[in-house]
Amino acid sequence: MTLDTLPPLTRAEIIAVDWSVLAPEEAKRLQALGIDAGARIAIAHRGVFGGKDPIAILIGRMTVALRRVHARAMTVREL
Amino acid sequence: MNTHAVPEAAISPAVVALVGNPNAGKSALFNALTGARQKIANYPGVTVERKSGRLALTDGAAVDLIDLPGSYSLDASSPDEEVTRRVVMGEFPGEAMPDTLVLVLDAGNLEQHLVFAQEIIALGRPTVVALNMIDMAERDGLVFDAQALAQSLGVPVIPTVAVRKRGLGELTEAIASAHGQDMSLRHKVERLGLIERRVAAHAMAAGATLSESGVHRLHTKLDKVLLDPWAGPLILFGLLFVIFQAVFAWATPFADALDGAVGWLIDLAVANVPAGLVRDFITQGVLSGVGSVVVFLPQIVILFAFILAMEQSGYMARAAFIMDRLMASVGLSGRSFIPLLSSFACAIPGIMATRSIADPKDRLTTILIAPLMTCSARLPVYAVIIGAFIPARSVGVGVGLQGLVLFALYLAGVIGAMLAALVLRRTVTKGAASGFIMEMPRYQLPPLSDLALGLWQRAWIFLRRAGTIIFTVTVVLWVLLSFPQAEPGESQSEASIAGHIASGLEVIVAPIGFNHEIALSLIPAMAAREVAVASLATTYAVDAADDEAAAEAVGPKLAADWSLATALAFLAWFVFAPQCLSTIAVARRETNGWKWPLVMLGYLFGLAYVFAGITYWTAVAFGLG
Repeated sequence: MTLDTLPPLTRAEIIAVDWSVLAPEEAKRLQALGIDAGARIAIAHRGVFGGKDPIAILIGRMTVALRRVHARAMTVREL
Repeated sequence: MNTHAVPEAAISPAVVALVGNPNAGKSALFNALTGARQKIANYPGVTVERKSGRLALTDGAAVDLIDLPGSYSLDASSPDEEVTRRVVMGEFPGEAMPDTLVLVLDAGNLEQHLVFAQEIIALGRPTVVALNMIDMAERDGLVFDAQALAQSLGVPVIPTVAVRKRGLGELTEAIASAHGQDMSLRHKVERLGLIERRVAAHAMAAGATLSESGVHRLHTKLDKVLLDPWAGPLILFGLLFVIFQAVFAWATPFADALDGAVGWLIDLAVANVPAGLVRDFITQGVLSGVGSVVVFLPQIVILFAFILAMEQSGYMARAAFIMDRLMASVGLSGRSFIPLLSSFACAIPGIMATRSIADPKDRLTTILIAPLMTCSARLPVYAVIIGAFIPARSVGVGVGLQGLVLFALYLAGVIGAMLAALVLRRTVTKGAASGFIMEMPRYQLPPLSDLALGLWQRAWIFLRRAGTIIFTVTVVLWVLLSFPQAEPGESQSEASIAGHIASGLEVIVAPIGFNHEIALSLIPAMAAREVAVASLATTYAVDAADDEAAAEAVGPKLAADWSLATALAFLAWFVFAPQCLSTIAVARRETNGWKWPLVMLGYLFGLAYVFAGITYWTAVAFGLG
């Protein structure tokens, strides 16, 4: 499953990221934030007024906002 | 090589640079170390803010402390990060390579911040670590062993709480003793790849953390409400409503006082300077012109108080999160929300606030649409025309027609801006859809001293601009309106260069329903929109003591002379027209050239012309001409 379909507050591990679909700067920024294969994450908040964008994820002791297009590039496994 | 060159150290003090991740509390530490003795400028060629100040060491020597933009990595992914990399590496032209680096780490987010820290320490330069925000981490149940961290990093580690001024003495001492040491042999951290650094960061953070609780309690609880898909936006809109109320209501007494002060200065000049060109220059040119801009200072200060509080408390990132979906629909991101919000007071600080947008195309688009947000200078123009032409009757429970028209004008600006962004992102600022990746900082109570310092800096930037750019523009316009001198019996505004320009302009604006008087008022309105009202008053030979009285008196004259279609077209014009040379000047500085300000002028005048025309002819078709 990909990160965008992960139910909220479910702990998961990123097992693969398809960097090719993301802009190089965005890929760099995500990696710098530690969002990469092996990272343990959970979705904290999703969307506004019932929408699906953006997504706030918990990683380590941080909350990071990103878009669904980024989440869709990440394959995750529930823990 | 010039062997006679004076050694650098002899002429300039040592340079110490603060580096670290965004949200590590770097700016608060910078404020705490330097106090109010700060210099804010731009790095040449890029619009990244350069903050520097003096730090007195314990032995009496002083060093230059610079606050580098927050970075996640030396492998830069934004203009800010590129500046940090080049300054740290000593590759920035005109910037001395820092002698000592102070690495600022958030204790509450240690593992993540150690990833970048290793990159900096591996450079082998004199480095001191400030383990910052240790109080908030402790509140979250974290207990640290700074000594263990110092052991594994090979550099001194000083626990600090910048906002409470804790640990500053120890940090200053560590900076003094690190200075000039060759650290390359003492550093234990090797140059590693990102993956290895992450693994090492995990191990080091675990080794330095004696005990750990699960989560940030306060942080999670607040986010649960403020980022709720339904409650979050409602809270944000409620807050925006309060801000707007405050900007327009609280500022009035202060603005009136400033206006009174300007009037007093004018009276003083009239009483003491003999009548003639010099007096006219002082009263009509300098005082009225610069004064008409300075009266916006209270609104700008109030707006910035809210914006700074939102930023320093960590809420602004949440506001960006909530607005992201809406902004994404026109090709922007949540990051554009802050500058656009500022632009409701004045586009100048709004355009300056676009510096936080990393994506250059996003930033440019935001700069180009910022003037469409209805700034406070349009309000006097709207008020006069609405008062003169729109009947004060009710259209429903508690809703007046005049208020409805005013709201429609604000809405027209916002919708115009969104549509403009949509078109710009598909044409001149075309590029890949910008992403939105943003770390949400932890919540904290902003220290009042930091808030006050930030406000003072913003106010000073605004006043300095009023004293330079706006002063120059005002003087040029005054010259255009005052020369050549009118013959007796001839109107000065008609005889002047501006009068002749207006005659030429009239040919262009006649098709959209504008008369000669309007054409003439558009010229001084280029300095500041609200001057249009005073100018119309002068042209219609209304004898009034000040702008306000002029505005009151000019209404009936306009109502008698203009058709409703002309009045509506005039309003539509002001929604879009870039009638503010200061904004253009700021856009030129922020985009480093004339290309984009000219694009801005072109498209906004185009929109203003087309919409004023559509408004005029539609109204005429409905028999309002």
